[in-house]
Amino acid sequence: MNSAALELAARDGETLTPPVTESPLSVRGMTVSYGEKAAVFSFDLSIPAGSMVAIVGPNGAGKSTLIKAALGAVPKLSGAVASFGQDVDAVRHRIAYVPQRASVDWDFPARVIDVVMMGLYRDLGLLGFARKRHRDQAIACLKRVGMDEFSTRQIGQLSGGQQQRVFLARALAQNADLYLLDEPFAGVDAATERTTIDVLKSLKAEGRTIVCVHHDLTTVTEYFDHVVLMNIRKIADGPVEEVFTADNLQATYGGRLATAQIDQLHLAST
Amino acid sequence: MDALFQALLLQSGYNAALVAVGATFLGIAAGSVGTFMFLRKRALVSDAVAHATLPGVGLAFIIMVLLGGDGRNLAGLLIGSALSSLLGLFLIEWIVRRTRLYEDSAIGAVLSVFFGFGIVLLTVIQTMSAGRQAGLQSFLLGSTAGMLFVDAVIIAVGGVVALGLIFLLRRPMTVVAFDADFAASSGLNVRRTDLLMMGLVMAVTVIGLKLVGLILIVALLIIPPVTGRFWTERTDRLMLIAGGTGGLAGYVGASLSAAYPALPTGPVIVLLCFGMFAVSLLLAPQRGVLAALLRRRRFQIRVHYRQGLLALARGEPIYDRLTISVLKKDGLIRADGVATEAGRAQAAKALRDETRWDIARQIHQDEALSARYDGLTQIEDVLTLDEIAEIDRRIGPPVGVPA
Repeated sequence: MNSAALELAARDGETLTPPVTESPLSVRGMTVSYGEKAAVFSFDLSIPAGSMVAIVGPNGAGKSTLIKAALGAVPKLSGAVASFGQDVDAVRHRIAYVPQRASVDWDFPARVIDVVMMGLYRDLGLLGFARKRHRDQAIACLKRVGMDEFSTRQIGQLSGGQQQRVFLARALAQNADLYLLDEPFAGVDAATERTTIDVLKSLKAEGRTIVCVHHDLTTVTEYFDHVVLMNIRKIADGPVEEVFTADNLQATYGGRLATAQIDQLHLAST
Repeated sequence: MDALFQALLLQSGYNAALVAVGATFLGIAAGSVGTFMFLRKRALVSDAVAHATLPGVGLAFIIMVLLGGDGRNLAGLLIGSALSSLLGLFLIEWIVRRTRLYEDSAIGAVLSVFFGFGIVLLTVIQTMSAGRQAGLQSFLLGSTAGMLFVDAVIIAVGGVVALGLIFLLRRPMTVVAFDADFAASSGLNVRRTDLLMMGLVMAVTVIGLKLVGLILIVALLIIPPVTGRFWTERTDRLMLIAGGTGGLAGYVGASLSAAYPALPTGPVIVLLCFGMFAVSLLLAPQRGVLAALLRRRRFQIRVHYRQGLLALARGEPIYDRLTISVLKKDGLIRADGVATEAGRAQAAKALRDETRWDIARQIHQDEALSARYDGLTQIEDVLTLDEIAEIDRRIGPPVGVPA
């Protein structure tokens, strides 16, 4: 083989290596089922880096399942998931997940700071004891969500909104590049909603990627720049101004969304 | 009594002392790992694991006798019991994952079938020539009688090793118990952590078989953490308190049993655990029953006091006996139910505060304030004096309550 051919071969290889900026989360052909009912069917998705994404769809559309399966917390039946161009397991330190508030037992014996410290789990390792540095880090995260005064409070004594903010603080402690949040605005007070969106926007300003399962159609255009519409299958995804249209919503919700409700969203007609 | 004191001070002979030390370590290990099992809400699985040891004990005895050895070799019996409880644990897991049955049904089925099979094996062993003095019944309820030096060493060493593993696994077990989805998302293997936890439970069960017995070992796993939960809101402390409770029960129980050999060890240890549980249930400062009753009563009195004052202010008659007695005790009404001078002043203030609250809620329409509008919170605790003065300017001068 001569040198020219070698060079050509090398260049050939070059085109096969992935580009430097990989999608923080990409899903190909993913199907997840509970029993013999598909919760998510043959899903393709590529989240653009640095975007703020809403996953929108009716109850039972598989929104939570989509992100849980992408994270490997729920087994998938088929398909592949990559994060930052790699296997999810290889980049877990760059991913933070905020589950639904109702998914845990808040009577668990833990204080607010103990929950936030769970976000530092990787730093602490098996044997390590929590040091002042870790505690300071946890307090700083609590401060960001306005909960530093509550650090020694038992978690069961918090209001729903405060609990949600503790979860957000735990995610901040993970210092991730991709944040996946399951209904962070569900059933919270106005102050918590404000704080949450401010924190998420500042994360985005730092170049991080945010993905929220979201159910409040009226705030989609205000909060997000990218939207995924789904109902077991993907209906549409793209920039909010292009994709969040009356037609797409009608396709997502079927007959369940009254025309009057869509009218209230004041969408540009297509 | 002397015998008990001697046993407690580890003066009842080398063997008895070693048994007491072994029981202490076993109790600490059981309480600690029990904490995580309790938090993971899988307490009953341990009962099935314990009952599933019995066929293993029987089969190990038979095999050892058939091989020409001593059927009572504790190490051999423990290996047999570990294998059969592992099989029981695996079956529960399998049933839950592969069928539509829930865990409680799987636990019930595995527990009863394994235990029944074990009892049949024990009966068979009774009829064997080598089985007459087997003493395998002591595995049901535990006994220190006839325990060999090597048996006590196995228990003590096993307890210490289990304790070390619990310490290593405490953090992943805590995260998984609180929030399994989060644990999975941050790369923790939830299934493996659960299996390791149940493996530790199994180890403690097997080590404790001879001492506590398989029927009651579950109590040594569950009662200590439940007891500890009354005293703390932190997982690390809960583990320490549960370990201490279990260790104390093990130590005193084994000593009692050494002093009075007719007492089976298991029931004694369980009753000691229960004693500490009962005291905690009643007396714990925050979560105890008496504390809760007291808080409720105090709250009730505050409610009646406030309602009574508002009734006085509006000139409504008061019939409720608690309200009357509360107001009388503070000298706000006379024996005939008529408001005193002090009572009228307080009532006027209560009424004025109601009006102040109305205005405050119009001015500050935020949720933090609304949440405190419970009828009992003093407005002075929520607003500054300046804010109250501003509200008072809108209301106008105070109005007295007519006598």
